[in-house]
Amino acid sequence: MDQLDVRIPIGGMFTIFGVVLIVYGLVSDPAIYQRSLGINVNLWWGLVLLAFGLVMLWLAYRGGASKPKNPV
Amino acid sequence: MLGIGWALRRFVRSSDDFFLSGRSIPAWIAGLAFISANLGAQEVIGMAASGAKYGIMTSHFYWVGAMPAMVFVGLFMMPFYYGSRARSVPEYLKLRFDEKTRGLNAITFAIMTVFSSGISMYALAKLLELVLGWNFHASIVVTGVVVLAYIFLGGLRSAIYNEVLQFFLIVLGFLPLVLLGLKDVGGWEGLTSQLSVVATNAGFEPGAYTHSWQYTGSPTSNPMGIEWFGLTMGLGFAMSFGYWCTDFLVVQRAMAAGSMTAARRTPLIAAWPKMFMPLLVILPGMLAIGLHATRGGFLPIGSDGHPNYNLAIPMLLAHYLPTGLLGLGLTALMASFMSGMAGNVTAFNTVWTYDIYQTYIRPGQTDRHYLRVGHVATVVGILASVVAAYVATRFNNINDILQLVFSFVNGPLFATFLLGMFWKRSTGHGAFSGLLAGTITAALHYGLTMPRGATPGIHGGFLGATLHTYPSEMALNFWTALFAWTSCFITTIVVSLLTKRTKTDEELRGLVYSLTPRIQEGSMAWWKRPVTLGVAVLIVSAILNVIFW
Repeated sequence: MDQLDVRIPIGGMFTIFGVVLIVYGLVSDPAIYQRSLGINVNLWWGLVLLAFGLVMLWLAYRGGASKPKNPV
Repeated sequence: MLGIGWALRRFVRSSDDFFLSGRSIPAWIAGLAFISANLGAQEVIGMAASGAKYGIMTSHFYWVGAMPAMVFVGLFMMPFYYGSRARSVPEYLKLRFDEKTRGLNAITFAIMTVFSSGISMYALAKLLELVLGWNFHASIVVTGVVVLAYIFLGGLRSAIYNEVLQFFLIVLGFLPLVLLGLKDVGGWEGLTSQLSVVATNAGFEPGAYTHSWQYTGSPTSNPMGIEWFGLTMGLGFAMSFGYWCTDFLVVQRAMAAGSMTAARRTPLIAAWPKMFMPLLVILPGMLAIGLHATRGGFLPIGSDGHPNYNLAIPMLLAHYLPTGLLGLGLTALMASFMSGMAGNVTAFNTVWTYDIYQTYIRPGQTDRHYLRVGHVATVVGILASVVAAYVATRFNNINDILQLVFSFVNGPLFATFLLGMFWKRSTGHGAFSGLLAGTITAALHYGLTMPRGATPGIHGGFLGATLHTYPSEMALNFWTALFAWTSCFITTIVVSLLTKRTKTDEELRGLVYSLTPRIQEGSMAWWKRPVTLGVAVLIVSAILNVIFW
């Protein structure tokens, strides 16, 4: 692989975003969630982003292992 | 949160060098970059603004406009682009026609890029004003300086990777906003009942904002002020085909694909996420206008007495997202504005330096000389964008002004390409005079008509007499494009028949349909063929049209 698989930075970025949002969601004052209809969106969306980031990283890992194929 | 975004963007930027790697990008990456290239402020702010101003009819930009056009570019036009080795639209025109056609197109394209970047600049400055409380004029200056730094630091070297990253950032940054908004108003039913208030207040049938076709029998019965003919021919045909088939910022992404088949599949793959983009960009606009009408004063009122529709997305962000997620949403917005601006200014720089300056003004200078000229062009491009940004402040929906520019530039250009690619008899003189006639016709039409309630000037009618009044800015744009296309089409044919061909069949090989060998796809599985993919795209968009009829 002479160039970086784009899924690695994307996966890495959303994994970090997800973790940061989850931690923030756990420690933040519940009062700020009034505007989001009482839902702790930081926590929930953080989980979604984390899942997305990990899937991207997993795809990159899997794709990297069996790469020599013709990438059409 | 903003810091992390920037740090990671920098890492991505320096870790890859797209243009050195040549044509090796997988089709799915090229496909995402293809739609990301126009997922800038135009799309996010403009389509939301249109959703608020015109309701669900805005979806025609996707399901009647972009979808058929993307299928067309993938199936029929990509072979000539990919096969011609041209690096830009003006260059193709030079190969196919002649030097003067290229020059004219280079000039109009340069103007278009300045407007596009100016509109992004306006949107970003407006966002800074709203969220950080900065002065609008100061925000414009800051934006200009940041973009300048971004370009000089080489921010566009790996444009395609950035764009893919940005695509996910925008989708994942905005989706919670849409979900929260929908939950708040009580789903689609709740939204329909809110929008029936909006429609009744504006003097339409209750369903006018939530039905895309039902009220298009007459231009007076729907908020966009257009009937089915102007919609399908003006928007669907002249404008959308013009945009998707000739805007090189977009088409170039497909040319980075690894093979001819991959290049043809790029727009067809891109069509799938594009098809569902209205959910992300139009729906928030509809939510915003619904809240505006039923909960009072959600959108600030502009100087023209109408709500400033451009603020639909920023207001919703501030309304629903708490600290934390708000940072993600703002990062997504700013990233898209910034790259939208940088991409257009860089395109301006390229066209000016290589297609205009090097060709007509000072040929045969050293590379260093042209590099310096390029730097100057970047600064000039940004200054011109500032002017365009102030022009954009005069429109309550940036999509109105953007489509106006497209109707001038892409409308006639599409006729030129159509004839150039499929009619080998069309000549350089024909193409040039057609393009010129199309642009002049657009200017005449714009100068002699006006949208309802406007004063002569920037919104049209500046030639003294007003021959016709359209119900909305957008309706005027659609008809401008249609008139420009028709005039270019006819003029090109007539002048071509009166003049001699200057290019031989041999020179046109690979540039014209009848002189290019057919592509053989017999060995490919039927479900992998571009044609199958294209037909599937058309069927699903037809279904979406019926659902929201």
